[in-house]
Amino acid sequence: MATAISVRQVAKRYGAVEALAGVDLAVDQGEFFGLLGPNGAGKTTLISALAGLVRPDRGRIEVMGCDVIDDYRNARRQLGVVPQELVFDPFFTVRETLTIQSGYFGIANNAGWIDEILANLDLTSRADTNMRALSGGMKRRVLVAQALVHRPPVIVLDEPTAGVDVELRRTLWQFIRRLNRDGHTIILTTHYLEEAEDLCSRIAMLRAGRVVALDSTANLLRRFSSRVLKFRLGPGPGLPEALARRATPAEGAWTLLFEHQAEIEQVLAQLRLAGCAVEDVEVGKPELEEVFIRVMKDAAPP
Amino acid sequence: MIGFRTLLYKEVLRFWKVGTQTVAAPVLTALLYLLIFSHVLEAHVRVYGSVAYTAFLIPGLVMMSVLQNAFANSSSSLIQSKVTGNIIFVLLPPISYREFFAAYVIAAIVRGLVVGGGVLAATLWFTPLDFAYPLWILVFALIGGGVLGSLGVVAGIWADKFDQLAAFQNFLIMPLTFLSGVFYSVHSLPTFWQRVSHYNPVFYMIDGFRYGFFGVSDVSPWRSLAVAAACFAVLATLTLLLLKRGYKLRS
Ligand SMILES: Nc1ncnc2c1ncn2[C@@H]1O[C@H](COP(=O)(O)OP(=O)(O)O)[C@@H](O)[C@H]1O
Ligand SMILES: [Mg+2]
Repeated sequence: MATAISVRQVAKRYGAVEALAGVDLAVDQGEFFGLLGPNGAGKTTLISALAGLVRPDRGRIEVMGCDVIDDYRNARRQLGVVPQELVFDPFFTVRETLTIQSGYFGIANNAGWIDEILANLDLTSRADTNMRALSGGMKRRVLVAQALVHRPPVIVLDEPTAGVDVELRRTLWQFIRRLNRDGHTIILTTHYLEEAEDLCSRIAMLRAGRVVALDSTANLLRRFSSRVLKFRLGPGPGLPEALARRATPAEGAWTLLFEHQAEIEQVLAQLRLAGCAVEDVEVGKPELEEVFIRVMKDAAPP
Repeated sequence: MIGFRTLLYKEVLRFWKVGTQTVAAPVLTALLYLLIFSHVLEAHVRVYGSVAYTAFLIPGLVMMSVLQNAFANSSSSLIQSKVTGNIIFVLLPPISYREFFAAYVIAAIVRGLVVGGGVLAATLWFTPLDFAYPLWILVFALIGGGVLGSLGVVAGIWADKFDQLAAFQNFLIMPLTFLSGVFYSVHSLPTFWQRVSHYNPVFYMIDGFRYGFFGVSDVSPWRSLAVAAACFAVLATLTLLLLKRGYKLRS
């Protein structure tokens, strides 16, 4: 599979802050890739370096095989970026904004595609509204539209759903999913981990400028996630001492956390051996949220 | 090429959309200067022997408007874009630093010419003017607008806040344009101030511009042209260098 984004040994320092401390990443064409990490992890800095807004202290970045500094013209043509900040130019209407943005990318006549983007983002009725008069959610849609005017094969979205209503999220993901199915590579950062779990086929987790996890979403869930076992005890013997120490009581039931699926079998066996009457057994599904917390804890400096 | 043209178009559209502030207001200001100064001085001052004071003043005011508005256009556009963050829209596309420079500077010249033309058209109601050498008029307006437009790009990139830009404007641009012989011929100054004026590049731009109207000036128009062109060369080189390095734009 051809590479859409290649990041090699990229470092960037702001004074005492090491925003990126040697990042290595490769994203294949057609992937839906998640870039996760707490605030200040370096996600936006990495995206800015990709877009040529930030010059790394060292390392190389290529977009669709084009170096973002030496061959910036081609690299930028391949890339559509939806910035994290809700920025807009108050002088122009939605359509003017998109027509001008097309021109910046060398496209003189783009009305057809602009109409299509507007329709897909539910913006058609606002086409001739001044940017100033739009709500936050609408401005966010225009930012997405602006990133798409030049039909870039690689689309990067930096927290596109932060502070955005449910309706827009649904419309947005529907559209982005379609673009991904049509072959566009998508790179997404978000704080909503369920969103990332739903959408992304592969995920990198960043902490303090370093990649601390990089794997397919399925593997991450399998590898790191703890299982949750929840059960009630019927009349009869109480919980054996060994288990009671690691179990937490909750609403008349017990919950136990596991690292591996196999341990659940052992616990159930122990309970049977002690003669406990086990009722209402539930095994919780692993969630990306837990993986994330675990990865961040493990990566924390001692 | 389309990228450059679009950026230029956007920059012109930007000031045109708020024309009351960016065109009408500076024209009115220049007219007020003209009314007050010509009223006070017309009866008392003759310049170059024969030129009436009002006639002398008009080209100075026109050129001052060209220069100040060229500076205002590029500097305010850039600082606004930086402060609001929408500068990103011109940094993401494949626009080269040369195209960026050309678009901002040419838009600044256009604004300067529109305002200068407005001032000229309005003042012609008051006093008929000679246009001895129209080509000199045009050349100095273009180069002067280019110099100040380029300086505006530097100031707009350098300033992080509006008050820093205001300081740049109040402590550099205003003194340079006011103390340049807009309101007087430097020959009427004491020798010391005459010498000082000769170190002000704006003096040459105004003087050369005025030569285009009257065919008379304080210094030779060729010398003024040399100074103005050298200024442009230096500032354009500096601006291009800053843009190439991404100074304050691409951290
Ligand atoms: N322009 C800048 N100047 C100084 N520090 C910066 C700048 N941009 C980012 N940083 C710092 O770099 C780190 C990474 O920031 P960022 O990439 O925005 O993180 P994220 O997007 O993951 O929240 C943070 O500590 C942030 O304060
Ligand atoms: Mg961020």
